[in-house]
Formats: sequence, C-alpha cells, structure tokens
Amino acid sequence: MWAILSILVENKPGILFKVTHLFRARDFNIDSISVGVTENPEYSKMTITTVGDEKQIDQIVKQLDKMIDTVRVERLDEHKTVYRELSIFKIKLSNANDSMEVNKLANAYGGKVHDVKQDSIMVELTATPDQIKAFEELAKPFGIIDVARTGVAALQRSGAE
Amino acid sequence: MNNMENMIGAKALMTAMEKEGVKEVFGLPGGANLPMYDEFARCNIRHILTRHEQSAAHMADGFGRVSRKPGVCFATSGPGATNILTGIATAQADSAPMVAVTGQVPTPMIGKDAFQESDIIGMANPVVKYAFQPRHASEIPEVVKKGFFIAETGRPGPVLIDIPKDVQQNEAEMVFPDEFKIQGYHPWADPDIVAVEKAIDMLLHSEKPVILAGGGTIISSAFAELQAVAEALMLPVVTTFKGKGAFPENHPLSLGPIGMHGHAEANRIMSEADCVLAIGTRFSDRSVGTFEEFEKNLKIIHMDVDPAEIGKNQTAQLAVVGDVKMNLRIMVKLLLQKVIKKTEESPWVKHVKETKAYWQENLKLHPGEMGAAKILRKLREILPKESIITTEVGQHQMWASLFYDVIQPGTFFSSTGLGTMGWGFPASIGAKVAKPDVPVVDIAGDGSFAMTENSLATAVLEDIPVIVFVLNNFTLGMVAQWQRTFYERRMIGVDQGKYCPDYVKLAESYGAQGIRAQSMDELDKAIRDALSSDVATVIDIPIDPEEDVLPFVAPGTSLKDMILPS
Repeated sequence: MWAILSILVENKPGILFKVTHLFRARDFNIDSISVGVTENPEYSKMTITTVGDEKQIDQIVKQLDKMIDTVRVERLDEHKTVYRELSIFKIKLSNANDSMEVNKLANAYGGKVHDVKQDSIMVELTATPDQIKAFEELAKPFGIIDVARTGVAALQRSGAE
Repeated sequence: MNNMENMIGAKALMTAMEKEGVKEVFGLPGGANLPMYDEFARCNIRHILTRHEQSAAHMADGFGRVSRKPGVCFATSGPGATNILTGIATAQADSAPMVAVTGQVPTPMIGKDAFQESDIIGMANPVVKYAFQPRHASEIPEVVKKGFFIAETGRPGPVLIDIPKDVQQNEAEMVFPDEFKIQGYHPWADPDIVAVEKAIDMLLHSEKPVILAGGGTIISSAFAELQAVAEALMLPVVTTFKGKGAFPENHPLSLGPIGMHGHAEANRIMSEADCVLAIGTRFSDRSVGTFEEFEKNLKIIHMDVDPAEIGKNQTAQLAVVGDVKMNLRIMVKLLLQKVIKKTEESPWVKHVKETKAYWQENLKLHPGEMGAAKILRKLREILPKESIITTEVGQHQMWASLFYDVIQPGTFFSSTGLGTMGWGFPASIGAKVAKPDVPVVDIAGDGSFAMTENSLATAVLEDIPVIVFVLNNFTLGMVAQWQRTFYERRMIGVDQGKYCPDYVKLAESYGAQGIRAQSMDELDKAIRDALSSDVATVIDIPIDPEEDVLPFVAPGTSLKDMILPS
C-alpha cells in the first residue's frame, strides 16, 4: 500500500535528519521525500511517500506524531489530494525523427522541452508519480541519459479534511 | 522582564537545575565541561564522582526510577559523551527520566574534527527522548526547563543537553522562564471514560480475564488503583518483568511475571486467558513470546500513555490512551458507582489458584544447599519489605524474577529493555542517593558486576552504603545456559575464571566490606552484617555453574511451550 504523509515540522536544523532516522531505525521505507519552508517561516512541510501494509503505515504516523519536533502529521487520501512531482529527463536523440517524437510525447504528458541539442533533449514533467512512470516507460526506447526527480508535494483539496 | 540576571552559561545551567530541584549530579569532569564543574564550587548541588561515564548515566537512571524525578549525569565531550550512550539507551528502553549534560568543543570548532569532538547529538538521536544543543548562553535556562519537563512527563525518558564550551563560558542576560511552549509535545491525554466503561464491560463478559501489569504501572505508581481493580473484579494479575512488583507478589491474586523466564503459573494462566487488561506495557517479545501466538483467542484491552504503543506489537480490541493511573482511577470510580464487587470465586479464579498452588509445590528446584531459589528466598526473608532491589542482567536477574517476591510495590528495578550488563550496581547507588534511608541491594552475577565494579570507589568515597549480592558461578551464566541448551554444550567465551578477581579482596581493596558466603548460615549472617554496615558491602556467593534458569520459553516460541526442570 502506498501512502502520502504530510508532516508539518518546526523549521530548525537537524529535523530532516531525525525524521529520516526514524524511518531507518524502525525499518520503514521512504519512497520519496520533499521538504520546503511554509508560508510561515517557523515551519517546514515534509511530504513523504511510503509503502507498507496498513499496520506499518499506522505505526509510521504514530511514531512521527510522537516526535517532539513534528507539529502535525497527516496521512493524505490520494483521491482527495492534489499531489505532483517534478521530474527532468535527459533523453537521447538518435536521428532527426526522434526530436519530433519526444516533443510529441512530452506534449501528451503536459511536459516542457528544454536544452534541445543535436543528440539529446530535456523534458520537464510535473505530474503524479504514476504518470511520470508511464512517461519513463515510453521514453525508454529513445534512451534515457539521466533523470532527476523532486519527490511528491501534496495538499489536501478544500473541504476534504 | 522578571528574573533577569547577567551570568555565564555554566552558572545559568546550575541555577536552572537548582530551580528544578536538583540536589545531586553524577559525573566525571573533562576539558569541555570544566566551566560547569567550576560552578560546583558556587552552588548547592552535590557532585558524585564516578569512575566511568557509563556508570554516571546508570546512577542517574537508578536515581530517576526511584525518585520519579530526572536523575542528572555530567560527562565531557568526545569519549565522555560516547561513554554515556549505553546509559542513555538503557534509560530510553526502560522509559526512565534522565537529563544528561555533556560538554562539547567550542562552537567554532564543531565540525572540524577537533580534539575530543564527537557528534553526540547525531549519535544519541535514536536513543533519547529529546536532545538540545544550545548555541547561545542565553538559551540555557529555557533549554533546562524544557529538558526536565520532557524527561519526566508523559512516557518518561532521557534528555541530552550538549553544551559547547564557549556557550558555557559566555556571559549573557539570563531570563529564567516560568512558562514555555513545546508545540509538538502532548504528553497528556484526557481521561477516556467511554473506553474505560467498555473495558469494564469486556472484562465482565469474559470467562477467563487477567490483568497484565507492565512497567508503566510502576512509572505512574498506579499501585493502589491496580489492586482495587483486581480485587473488585477478582482478576488474577500477571506482570511483565518490568512490571514485576507492580502488584504485591504475596497477594492471593498475584501470579508474578510472564515471559521467557516467567513463573510457570503466570505463563500457563496467561496462555489460557481469553481477555487481558494490559496496563502500561509494550508487549516485549521477551514477555509475550511470538506476537501471533500470544494474541490468538485473546481480547486485548491496552492502556498506555504512549499512543504509538497501541497496535505496535499486538493488536488491541480496545485502546485506552492516557496516564494509566488516571484511567485506572476512573475504572475504580466506575466500579464503585456501579457497585461492582465480585465476592464469589469464579471457576476461573479457582482454577488460577489451583494452578498457582500446583506450581509453587511442584516446580523442581536445584537440590543443593546453595541453589538460586534458596539464596534469593533467604534474602527476601531477611530484607525489610521497603528495601529497594536493582539487578544486573543475566541468570541472577531471572532468578530474582522467579524467587524474590516483591511485597511493597515499586521497589524492584532492572534493565529490562536494553538488558545492560553492569546497570544494577551503579543504579543501586543512584537509588540509594534518592532514598538513603532504605536498604538498597544490587542482585548481581559475577559477569555483570565485573562490568561496572569500579563504582565501588564511588560507593565508598561518597559514603553510599549499598549491598552487592553476587551470585557467583564464575561464568557468563545465561550465555552458558544457551550454549548448553542450543549449542550442544560447546562452551565458548563464558568462563570467567575461579576467583579472578576475588570479589572479597576486590571489595576490600576499595575500602568496602567483602564477605564470602558458602553456606546458608554464612549467607544469613552476611546479609545481616551488610544491612548493619555503614560501608558498601559485596557478598560473594559461589554457586553451581551448571544451574539453569527454568522455566524457559525459548526465543521464537510461545508461552505455553515452557521448558521445565527435568
């Protein structure tokens, strides 16, 4: 089971270390993590996606909640949440046709094209992890030179609390 | 602003600790904590010098468990700090209140691999309840205030305060706050009357209910409440090892600890029960055996102050989150209101009493004069009931669990979670400092005692007359037992050497009293001599190296699969 956790923490040094350490020490997984300061500079928000069974995820939430530095821990329902991840792909271009094909593919996923070179092209894609995975599968035949991903950022839809 | 005063960080530390009521600090000085040490010359806090920082932490731990106020230990940076890690981890595993204060290299040197620098904040993170590293002297008063608050509230635990040397030395305008805010810390839950009512209902509607009292019962000193509930509902009481003595072990409803070396009757009855009121326990594997087997056909009502314990190891049908004393008090009140008081023994209670009587009669004991059971029952017979026991870790510890009955609740302490050999002796010193008027005895084995025996210097020089009761089989006995049981008697790395050291001479060399007891008469006299002595006493009791601790629930099996004496 996949879960999105939204964790509001005090914006102090060392807290990312403590949160990730908790996952390591309790043998939980971090699938992706993104961290940024909130509109109030006293707090940061971490979005962690994780995989585990119901009992494990319940434990993760409880253990995170127990941490003194966490102000609020929420497990977000993906159906009631806007969640996106930014990814940048560097894709190989082998012939003149490839450039057009990759452009088409990027368009189909709402991606943006950057750094077009003779033998490579970059695609910036903001989407759900599933969509990014699907894009990756389709881009594979061209040859993926490199990928960078940010991890998921997520906010619950209004009225879904 | 009120209370404002100019002073250096080290003085602010001592002043803030005095405000918290600290009277004693256990520790060892070094380069990076000298400014704090200098302040002992100008404050009313007593410094108790230890011979190893680990022992300082265990002393603070023992002090904390007995007084239920954080014990304080000091260590210098680098190796001083890493030496207390085991002590901190021990306190964390057993939820003991402690404040550990370490010196750190000056802030400009942090991260430069300076002499005696260690990233103790990073290292200690997984084994502390919280850690602070004030970077400005003016932060110290609030850090201390918060540190003590965190250490002793909710589920208690160790707090580390790591203070760079320049922060100790710098002068600042200090404000000693009366109030503070920790946003993400909610140690208290409201009483849960609805859940407590449901719990009563579940217990009343079960055929074979029991109470399992864990360490949390002792931490929140819910002794009277536990007894009232047990008596009103006529519930047999088993405990975890950490909960040993939460309930008087001479009470007709008491069955003693369950677990790997639990009492046979307790393990039997726990395995037969259909509903358990589990109070302040984390269902350690050592207590319950395999998790899946334990909860089969068992309804679990789980009371705990720590919500993260609910559902961690065992699935609870009903959770009652909050201080167990508070919720048990509500239970007692509801039982009184509803005039629920069972007077007639149910078939279950009859069966429980028969089971208890059977095992008390029929558990085979070591045939020799100096068998563990006889030795520990002798100790029990002579010690006043208010005496405090600490133990080391190993066979003697489990024999103490089996054969030393705790009569007055909350007088038995052991390193049950981390299982730290060497804990008992320094912890007994801390306990004696907290309660100087009662006898304090460390039930020890030769292996564990050797780990922190140099605390004899502290006991003698600081005039803290504890008793070390060494069941000496010249062997790392518990390991030897496992090698006998699981490794076809291949005894590797367990021989401690006969009289190497000679604990009588060792005690004497520190200025303590050393007595060897080789018969019951000698033991009787030795215990009485130790009790009337005004110096620390080591009683060396040679025993049979082949004696096993039985019953024994092998790891990975369930409580009903006990190995019994043949």
